[in-house]
Amino acid sequence: MDIHEYQAKEILSEFGVTVPAGGLAYSPEQAAYRAREMGGDKWIVKAQVHAGGRGKAGGVKVCCDDNEIMDAASSMLGKKLVTHQTGPEGKGVYRLYVEAAVPIEREIYLGFVLDRTSQRIMIVASSEGGMEIEEISADRPDSIVRATIDPAGGLADFQAREIAFKLGIEPASTQHMVRTLKGCYRAFRDLDATMVEINPLVVTTDNRIIALDAKMTFDDNALFRRSNVAELRDKSQEDPRESHAADRGLSYVGLDGNIGCIVNGAGLAMATMDTIKLAGGEPANFLDIGGGATPERVAKAFRLVKSDAKVEAILVNIFAGINRCDWVAEGVVQALREEPMDMPIIVRLSGTNVEEGQKILAESGLPIIRAATLKEAADRSVAAWKADQATNTKLKAV
Amino acid sequence: MSILLNEKTKVLIQGITGRMAQFHAKEMMDYGTNVVAGVTPGKGGAVVEGVPVFNTVKDAVEATGAEASLVFVPPPFAADSIMEAADAGIRYCVCITDGIPAQDMMRVKRYMKRYRAENRMVLTGPNCAGTISPGKSFLGIMPPHIYMEGPVGIVGRSGTLGYEAASQLAELGIGVSTSVGIGGDPINGSSFRDILELFEHDAQTEVIALIGEIGGPQEAEAAEYIRDHMTKPVVAYVAGLTAPKGRTMGHAGAIISAFGESASEKVEILSAAGVTVAEHPSAIGETIASVM
Repeated sequence: MDIHEYQAKEILSEFGVTVPAGGLAYSPEQAAYRAREMGGDKWIVKAQVHAGGRGKAGGVKVCCDDNEIMDAASSMLGKKLVTHQTGPEGKGVYRLYVEAAVPIEREIYLGFVLDRTSQRIMIVASSEGGMEIEEISADRPDSIVRATIDPAGGLADFQAREIAFKLGIEPASTQHMVRTLKGCYRAFRDLDATMVEINPLVVTTDNRIIALDAKMTFDDNALFRRSNVAELRDKSQEDPRESHAADRGLSYVGLDGNIGCIVNGAGLAMATMDTIKLAGGEPANFLDIGGGATPERVAKAFRLVKSDAKVEAILVNIFAGINRCDWVAEGVVQALREEPMDMPIIVRLSGTNVEEGQKILAESGLPIIRAATLKEAADRSVAAWKADQATNTKLKAV
Repeated sequence: MSILLNEKTKVLIQGITGRMAQFHAKEMMDYGTNVVAGVTPGKGGAVVEGVPVFNTVKDAVEATGAEASLVFVPPPFAADSIMEAADAGIRYCVCITDGIPAQDMMRVKRYMKRYRAENRMVLTGPNCAGTISPGKSFLGIMPPHIYMEGPVGIVGRSGTLGYEAASQLAELGIGVSTSVGIGGDPINGSSFRDILELFEHDAQTEVIALIGEIGGPQEAEAAEYIRDHMTKPVVAYVAGLTAPKGRTMGHAGAIISAFGESASEKVEILSAAGVTVAEHPSAIGETIASVM
């Protein structure tokens, strides 16, 4: 789960990381008021969206008076911000963060990630802040400093000092840097984060270390014990199809094609998408019904996939282990009886209770195209979709 | 011989009193798995499907000599159960649970390091379908009847894709020595490399099928091991050729976040190490047949 910059800063500052003075605003007037409140003569107005690359997309503006602040705020609020990370549809801006500008001496990149090779939390830092880590690792790989943290002992002071010195932090700021690193680590560990990124982390002209930006991502699997974090969820930043599915215990990933896929298991789902593509089609989504799916859950999955306007054919591909083919078949039949669908439906069942499942489909009398193997299922889906498109075009022509 | 598990292996089930666990315990026993005990804290003394239930893994091991454990415990408590098994002297543990917090698994991995390598429990999973040595025994939730006994070792992240491979093999009349699911989580127990090493030294296994997916470094690590140490042919399929970058594809671990983590890069790395790569998932069976 992602959170907004201002929320991440609030969390990190509780753990001892220094952040600039700032305030949240929902309107241009409020933005100007926030600036007055904190004082100073230069402020940054920042769009709060769950995506990076805001600066280049016009989501971060430096302002010197009330009018500039209100103009900047009006230009962002209620609009969609399109950055290279949001996709072409962009993300809605409903909150702004107004911050006092700080005098910057130099910029650093600081990230904490779950490293899968060492299976530990890893610090990734670079003296080249301001750029994205992908760019840094392409252009200045020699500037990257890495350290893994033993979960038994935590981040030791000496490790934090080593990083500070490798980044070329002046002795006057070392202690502040150590506090920043340890604060980020404790926030990561105590709140079950999967990523903390401060880019840039700046050294000010008066030797302070301040987080100018902050991004945190949390482990969805740990939200049950992090209710304070779970409360920060902002559905306006999520793909509505994905949050709708998540609320119903289904795992959904929206894609750009037109064949809807209902599958069990992530690996089989990916393989199904690959096979559709090889057969000349494009998957519209990836919906995993998980294990032990009841007919009701399958029917829900069907309604969800169909609610996506892009979907023009639906492929159900189930290899049941912990699932039951008869339940899946019942769910499919239930969904189709409730609401007949004007698109090809292809079903492939294998594994637990497959005979019972096939029987239910056959006896339903519904126009379901059946397939025995994965390849057959993908081929028939693409063929049926193409035929259906051709008929529709003909009908429209008449 | 198979790896990790055979008909003699004494098995205990942690969380046996749960509804799903009871169903699968019965399936396992019907197949021939030697289930000797169950553990649910507070339910010691109960009997499930004729199997005695204990309060702790230590009690169960002491009373029954259990060597392998299946963890069927809900996500908030599963990591603790794995550590309990490791501490009680269990040799092999399969964790089915999906949704364990990543940092819990990080702690499990660190905890297991306290034991000398020769005493350290082998863990597969979490978030996997389990392990089966066809005709002998299985520990998990797979449909066992789709597996024939034979010479092919299967190791994969995805449960259902493993079924797909096994059923394609069965269609061709080819059987499996052992099929091991290592799970779809970012931090897991045994890696591809660990299991490949066991297959390399297993007399029954002649060919290995590796079923990978996008995300993580373990396929590349496996490629290096195959290139330098393996004498048996390896066939691979990597799922997620069409997956976009930066999106989590169902498995918490299935996300392309670094160089070398996309399906096409993994295919390239594996091919360069001498692995025969199946172009699409329907060709896994025939590709294995072609190298036998």
